[in-house]
Amino acid sequence: MSGRARHLYVHLPFCSHRCGYCDFVTVVGRRGQHAGYVDALLRELELQRGLLLSDELETVFLGGGTPTFTALPDLVRLLGSLPAAEEVTVEANPETVTPEVARALHAAGASRVSLGAQTFRPRLLDVLERVAQPDDVRRAVHHLGDAGFDNISLDLVYGIPGQGASDLEADLDDALALGPEHLSCYELEAKPGTRFTHAWGAELVRQADATEDYFERVVTRLTGAGYRWYETANFCRVDAEGRDFRARHNLAYWLGRDYLGLGIGAVSTIESLRWRNTPRLRHYLEALAAGRLPERELEPLDADVRARERLMLGLRLDEPLSLGGLRSALDARGLARAERLGLAVDGGRTLALTRRGRFLGGAVTAEILA
Amino acid sequence: MDQARIRNFSIIAHIDHGKSTLADRILELTEAVSAREMREQVLDSMELERERGITIKAQAVRVTWKGHELNLIDTPGHVDFTYEVSRALQACEGALLVVDAAQGIEAQTLANAYLAIENGLEIVPVANKIDLPAADPDGTAIEVADLLGDDPARVLRISAKTGEGVASVLDAIVERVPPPVGDPGAPPRALVFDSSYDQYRGVVAFVRVVDGVFSTREGLRTMVTDTRFDAEELGVFSPAMTAVERLTAGEVGYVVTGLKDVTRLRVGDTLTAVRRPAEEALPGYKDVKPMVFAGLFPTDSDDYPELRDALERLKLNDAALVYEPETSQALGFGFRCGFLGLLHMEIVRERLEREFDLDLLVTAPNVAYRVKEKNGDWVEVHNPAEFPREVEEVEEPYVAASIIVPKEHVGAVMELNNERRGTFGRLEYLSPERVHLTHELPLAEIVLDYYDQLKSRTRGYASFDYDLAGFKPGDLVRVDVLVGGEPVDALSLIVHRGLAYERGRSLVDKLREEIPRQMFDIAIQAAIGSRVIARETVKAKRKDVLAKCYGGDITRKRKLLEKQKAGKKRMKQVGAVEVPQEAFLAVLNIGQGQRS
Repeated sequence: MSGRARHLYVHLPFCSHRCGYCDFVTVVGRRGQHAGYVDALLRELELQRGLLLSDELETVFLGGGTPTFTALPDLVRLLGSLPAAEEVTVEANPETVTPEVARALHAAGASRVSLGAQTFRPRLLDVLERVAQPDDVRRAVHHLGDAGFDNISLDLVYGIPGQGASDLEADLDDALALGPEHLSCYELEAKPGTRFTHAWGAELVRQADATEDYFERVVTRLTGAGYRWYETANFCRVDAEGRDFRARHNLAYWLGRDYLGLGIGAVSTIESLRWRNTPRLRHYLEALAAGRLPERELEPLDADVRARERLMLGLRLDEPLSLGGLRSALDARGLARAERLGLAVDGGRTLALTRRGRFLGGAVTAEILA
Repeated sequence: MDQARIRNFSIIAHIDHGKSTLADRILELTEAVSAREMREQVLDSMELERERGITIKAQAVRVTWKGHELNLIDTPGHVDFTYEVSRALQACEGALLVVDAAQGIEAQTLANAYLAIENGLEIVPVANKIDLPAADPDGTAIEVADLLGDDPARVLRISAKTGEGVASVLDAIVERVPPPVGDPGAPPRALVFDSSYDQYRGVVAFVRVVDGVFSTREGLRTMVTDTRFDAEELGVFSPAMTAVERLTAGEVGYVVTGLKDVTRLRVGDTLTAVRRPAEEALPGYKDVKPMVFAGLFPTDSDDYPELRDALERLKLNDAALVYEPETSQALGFGFRCGFLGLLHMEIVRERLEREFDLDLLVTAPNVAYRVKEKNGDWVEVHNPAEFPREVEEVEEPYVAASIIVPKEHVGAVMELNNERRGTFGRLEYLSPERVHLTHELPLAEIVLDYYDQLKSRTRGYASFDYDLAGFKPGDLVRVDVLVGGEPVDALSLIVHRGLAYERGRSLVDKLREEIPRQMFDIAIQAAIGSRVIARETVKAKRKDVLAKCYGGDITRKRKLLEKQKAGKKRMKQVGAVEVPQEAFLAVLNIGQGQRS
């Protein structure tokens, strides 16, 4: 398994604080360790470089944590040391995006920024324990535009405790007013063990009926505004000049491509193996300081599992899934049933979900998976 | 052993009143088991019995005390096994009546005490748990003495837990329980009071020898069913099975029969010798008929052969269990099984799941109905799905229920029994505080949630027992349930016409809660014939997606999806609708569920 990944993920775990609903691998503060962590990332890259297809990658994605919370010189140094790629995305929290940061990212080769806006209602931002205020999002978008970014994505969350339908509509209006090239809209998940679930889990259950149609509202509003609902939770502007604003890096996941992940908790999938680096910062730093790869959790993937994943991921997209080699992962009876219910269309060589099928994507996939 | 030195006795007690603990102390005190062998409650040997703290099969053990041979025959303490209890009691001359001094007499104690009195047993009353702070030994002694027409001073006061007074119990057995009076010279007769199945030795009969002498390798036969076999081994329980050459009048022991079919050796039958047969069988043999029926289906239809084998093997040890193949449109292939009662059903289900590792779906229990067909013939129907939609006459089984309750809860019990189509019998005060009530109720009204309701409405104070009281005419109708337009035979129920609407509504409501929302609307209906009496809709889901799915989430999401898929496989497919197992139990909770 050498030299095949065209996609690189780099995890930057640092955050100014941990939001209540977050279950990602994050590290709060530790400014003194940012430089050392970037050193370790670059060392891991050296050790793993053989897994990358060439020096010219398709995509690089810096995710977090809050990558833009990383000390700027270290962040710039990292970007400058990574292999070049056609798309380089950096995740950012709005309050961290100053004109200086925006210019530095652009100059260091970032081509796309994904901003965690979540909502534009201050009281809902409080519920999520977000630091940014609505105006921070607006300012960040302008700073990024001024710095030369022409591919900006906003993250929105819906189903927040206390979020009424009119709050959601207003959020969508506010987001659209900023004219982003891309939008990701996620239903808030109460992940087990988070502070948020402890505080709000019961409320989420209570409001489940009232928020049941929010997903439909999001899709209707965004497609109505000319956006393409190209993945379950992702939308992109349809460009008059034909430029494709889909997130290429994420598209690689959904198309079942190989990818290399660097950093604590980062996952890689290459051919028949998936692994996850240790989520513990100290272990990670120590291993790489000693010139060793960090501890990792291995998960062998046989052809059957990869086929199932291809199906599960591919059906999230709006384009029909090519079934070459995947028939064996299908339950013919379930598929027939899904078709009868008007949820899926079996095109022989391709498989696609209908609009309603996409709203029920999880259930439909469970139905048609062998 | 000289008959004059033999004492055969059993212990009658309500669950948790300390029967097993007392038995343990007796074994310890008589050194029948060493401390090392002493596990708590030696007699309850089945795993399930230990766990539930109840005795399912009768057990026997021989101990010696001051030159006497004492045979303790431990009886099943539950109403479902009344017949077995009565046979076990018939094998004795005396019984310890153990009553928790903190609780007083319970309905079950009463029922078994009457049974013992009817069998002419000498009753030795014992107030147990006198070490408890809440114990009222004097009050309990008066209550028990009233019941027996005895002197409160003769009620022994003990604590089986601490061992206090246990020796006095053994002394009382020797002094008060009469020795057996069979004729050692007569042709041999022995009462079969229980049996078990050993996979190497076949059926083992537990017997009380009444007359004569049985010898090893002798040709024997049962007098009612006329089954013949050789006594491969005779023995006694001390407490392990110990072979002996002969069993003589008055003794309790076992006979290894070599029979491979437990149904050929019925509890209550009489054993005699082929060469010197007795003329008359011992009285009291009954062919026990199951009264409660339910469908048992494997969750995974591929497990049908395993279920069949498991039932065959259980049946080896449980002559009361009957079953026949059943095919349900909704549940596929399974068996309709007949049980003595609810506990019996519960035990069989648990044993199948635990000892045979089967995942089962058990339909709501129903009773046996007698239906008059158009040609005037009466047939017995054990399955609501086979109940004709139009009937001329129906009869259903009734029970005589006996309930003991503190007087402040009498109103609640009367109300419950009224709702359950009961007819009041009588009311008597056992003490100024406690009342004994009798009612006649349709068995169908107690097989669902009666006992739970009784407990909840009396704050757990009521104790309950019943006896079958024959068939009576009933105005009964069959209510069918349709899910997504498809009738679900496994959910059909037979109810009194006056309750049909209420039960149908309650069932439909319950099903709406149990059936998860799916990818389309699902109509749930209850109907009598073609007339729909209740309807609900499970609305289609509007969304079901895993919101986020990126490189680090794929494994977790795939596992979630696989779990979702596995969950679907566990559901039963009714037409296009996936119905979870629990929904089939919805019927269990529809009685008066809103009150609990």
